[in-house]
Amino acid sequence: MEAPIVSSYIIMAGALAVLLQSAAVVVYVERRVAAFIQNRVGPNRVGPFGLLQPLADVVKLIFKEDVTPIYGNRVIHTMAPMFPVITALLTVAVIPFGDGLFITNLNVGVLFLLAVTSLGVYGVAMAGWASNSKYSLLGGLRAAAQMLSYELPMGMAIASTVLFATSLSMVDIVNSQVYWWGLFVNPLGAIIFTVAAFAEANRAPFDLVEAEQELVGGFHTEYSSMKFGMFFLAEYMHVVIGSMLITTFFLGGYHLPFAGYYAHILPEAGTWAKAILDIAVFLGKTGFMVFVFIWVRWTIPRFKFNQLMSLGWSKLLPLAILNFVVIAFILMLINS
Amino acid sequence: METFFFVFISTLAIGTALAMVISKNTVNSALFMVLHMLSVAGFYTLLNAQFLAVIQILVYAGAIMVLFLFVIMLLNLDEDEKVVSKIDFKQLISFTLALVVLAQLLYITGNYAGVLPELTGEPIAAVGTVEAIGDELFTTFLLPFEVTAILLTAAVVGAMLLAQKTSNVIDE
Amino acid sequence: MEILNDLLNYLPAAIVAVGGLVVMMMDGYKAKSRLIYQTTMFFLAGALVIATYDLLYQEVGTLFSDMAASGSTAAFGTFIVVFGTFFTVILTHDYLIGVKHNYPQVYPLLMFCTVGMIVLATANDLVTVFIGLETMSISLYALAGIIRDKQLGVESALKYFILGAFSTGFFLYGIALLYGATGSTNLSEIGAYTDGSMIYWGGVSMLLVAFFFKISAVPFHMWTPDVYTGSPTTITAYMSTASKTAAIVALVLILERALPYAADQITSTMAIIAIMTMVLGNTVAMVQDNVKRMLAYSSIAHVGYLLVGLAAGTDLGFTAVLYYLLAYSLMNIGAFGVVAYYEKNHDVHFNNIESYAGLGYKQPLMGILLSVFLLSLAGIPPLAGFIGKYLVFAAAVEAGLINLVIIGVLASAASAYFYLRVMVYLYFKESKEPVKLMKPLRVYSFSLVVLAVLTLYFGILPAGITELIASYFSGNGLAIVP
Repeated sequence: MEAPIVSSYIIMAGALAVLLQSAAVVVYVERRVAAFIQNRVGPNRVGPFGLLQPLADVVKLIFKEDVTPIYGNRVIHTMAPMFPVITALLTVAVIPFGDGLFITNLNVGVLFLLAVTSLGVYGVAMAGWASNSKYSLLGGLRAAAQMLSYELPMGMAIASTVLFATSLSMVDIVNSQVYWWGLFVNPLGAIIFTVAAFAEANRAPFDLVEAEQELVGGFHTEYSSMKFGMFFLAEYMHVVIGSMLITTFFLGGYHLPFAGYYAHILPEAGTWAKAILDIAVFLGKTGFMVFVFIWVRWTIPRFKFNQLMSLGWSKLLPLAILNFVVIAFILMLINS
Repeated sequence: METFFFVFISTLAIGTALAMVISKNTVNSALFMVLHMLSVAGFYTLLNAQFLAVIQILVYAGAIMVLFLFVIMLLNLDEDEKVVSKIDFKQLISFTLALVVLAQLLYITGNYAGVLPELTGEPIAAVGTVEAIGDELFTTFLLPFEVTAILLTAAVVGAMLLAQKTSNVIDE
Repeated sequence: MEILNDLLNYLPAAIVAVGGLVVMMMDGYKAKSRLIYQTTMFFLAGALVIATYDLLYQEVGTLFSDMAASGSTAAFGTFIVVFGTFFTVILTHDYLIGVKHNYPQVYPLLMFCTVGMIVLATANDLVTVFIGLETMSISLYALAGIIRDKQLGVESALKYFILGAFSTGFFLYGIALLYGATGSTNLSEIGAYTDGSMIYWGGVSMLLVAFFFKISAVPFHMWTPDVYTGSPTTITAYMSTASKTAAIVALVLILERALPYAADQITSTMAIIAIMTMVLGNTVAMVQDNVKRMLAYSSIAHVGYLLVGLAAGTDLGFTAVLYYLLAYSLMNIGAFGVVAYYEKNHDVHFNNIESYAGLGYKQPLMGILLSVFLLSLAGIPPLAGFIGKYLVFAAAVEAGLINLVIIGVLASAASAYFYLRVMVYLYFKESKEPVKLMKPLRVYSFSLVVLAVLTLYFGILPAGITELIASYFSGNGLAIVP
């Protein structure tokens, strides 16, 4: 297990700060992009280009009254919003941001990732139940069912990536893509993973959890003030995390496309220039994927719940397993 | 550091297990169970079995307990009035018996603490890794592994058999 | 390719497993129930042929890096299990149609259950024993509850599941303790252990408790009557024969290979349990008016006789036990098969002994068959049941367990009462209300006739099979040291 080149505490501080701030940025970007797509203006009053809009929103949220439903379960109601935030923050621990720039290099990194993601379900389920409202409960159950269902294709898609790296360490997975990105050698896996990531983040077109027409606000119907703020924050953090994961698994992480072929003209590993280049490349790809998330949300309409389930179980999952088997077979033929 | 971690995790594990049994609200019980699973995963980490630890979280805490929670929430169980309403003779006997068995087990394990070989450093680091487990699973334990697949399939088919609508009985 | 060789030696299990998966997929694609049944029979017939071949010619050895054994007892156990399943499926198909609960999922479950039993009967490692036991039990939990619109069916499945899960806990704890004491789960390596420590004895006792539960020996028999009464009758036949055979063969293997060190203690334990089981099983069976319940207690009593053989703990005793298992499987499947036939003509719960009055003359063949099976169960010569009891008791006498044998013979004599009582009702009582019996399907009565003929054959000419079994134990056929 190699150690990171900079102290992992510094990287952790940086990563957490960026992740927390990114939520605010993504909210702003989402509103501007949505406005652009719908031919509107969008927020442009607070600060230059409306850049301070997220700040104003947060101030507003903080000063709102914090209501807990009287027959709900107060403790769980308070704890629930913390779960999605915690799981999102934990995920950063295993993502490599650059050559030697990671918080920790677990040899079971991929499994850790899946395990942490699987814990995210509790937040929604608990929120739905503790609110003592049928809309919340239905929203929570839907969310739990959806997240459980899409974990499987997601896991299988990741497994097909692991076949190339022959390692469960995230750093090894990124380094295995130095010549060819995962997207090029395993396109089906990339598509499946992206779809599953959308579902895991409860984003459109899979945002049935908060389908306004049916469920008012879904599991956070009864939430207000900063508790709601936390769910809101977590949703955008999950968008960012999802983008980071797609980048890491299928877009070559911090590597430029086909970087292995012209590695000699890039800065040496371990220098500041290389570190900055890596982070810039990584953030660039992540930013693009975030844009794709937003783009899809305002382009594709919402699924029905039965469509969602049959897509997950009877299409994505068999496809992901088939993809895995075919790739394993081809790799075996090549290697022998 | 390791001792501290062990004591911390053990306290958490025992505490959550007790809380799970005592708790009057079933949802709370289930959530304590999740915490308990997580602390057990902590033990595995302490023993250098990262793979098991992660699988413990992934399978038990992440999947099975969610389904438990699901069912409990859907059924919307009411709180029990009291777990121990009044102590009667039968409960007393069963409690004593349980205590005796526990004492015996503690005695047995206490006598044999340190009998197993102490693995440190390199060998133990190699035991818990994914590669080591994968190797064992597909060579030595191939037969049990394959039969486990049959076992799980049988469980799924059995659940279907018991849960389907009666009207499915057709033909002849 | 070593693994291919292993697989060839493990072919019956492999065929049944593949068959189960095929049948399951056929159900998934909504195939007709009849086609599913035929496919099941096809695979089972293939497995039966190969199991018979293995029984006669397979060489003794270990497979899959010492996880399973081949030849001798393993082949014998596999044969009985596949044989029992073969006939069970024939009877079950007809019976379930008769009582209108013919779910197509029953067939894959029966196949998976059989795989578990084969794995259990051929195990050479506690891990394999555990997995086999669980595969078998989980399938049986589901099968016990097929008739779930009746209260008894639900009760049966639930009781079986809860108590079974509990006993599994014991088993796992036993394995853990034994592993702690000996540092291995391999049977031969555990057998090499000769340092009696608390942890070892703890493991042995928990292991035995779990097995006593699975084979329903007193005082772990509480679940048996309820589960056997509530389950579909042919499934009860399956539970009481194939599953018990697998569990007892595994127990024989464990006693012989893994626990020679504990043999003395086990003899006395087995003797006590055997006495309790025989006495309780036979006395309680006398007062039962429900034929299925009576057969349930009778199966408890038979476990008592089997335990006498295990208590003897000699090669002779183990030989007797294996022969007894074969005989018991034949006659018990047969007896339950006829009961199932009577039942499917009427209601699911048509097993009160009163309602059997005069049935012997309605369909003479079925009456005669039931009489043969019951006489064999009672141990009347020249039927297989008699030879089985004779061998078991002879082995116990040889081992010097005279008191045990005296109690056993007395209990066995008393058992004649409740078996003959059914026959009295069949032939010497007038039925109060007219009962109509439809003609049994030809394959149904034919398979029962085959079972009856085999019962008779092994009763008159037991020498061939007993010599075959005895050869497993002489010449160190069992004691495989890797």
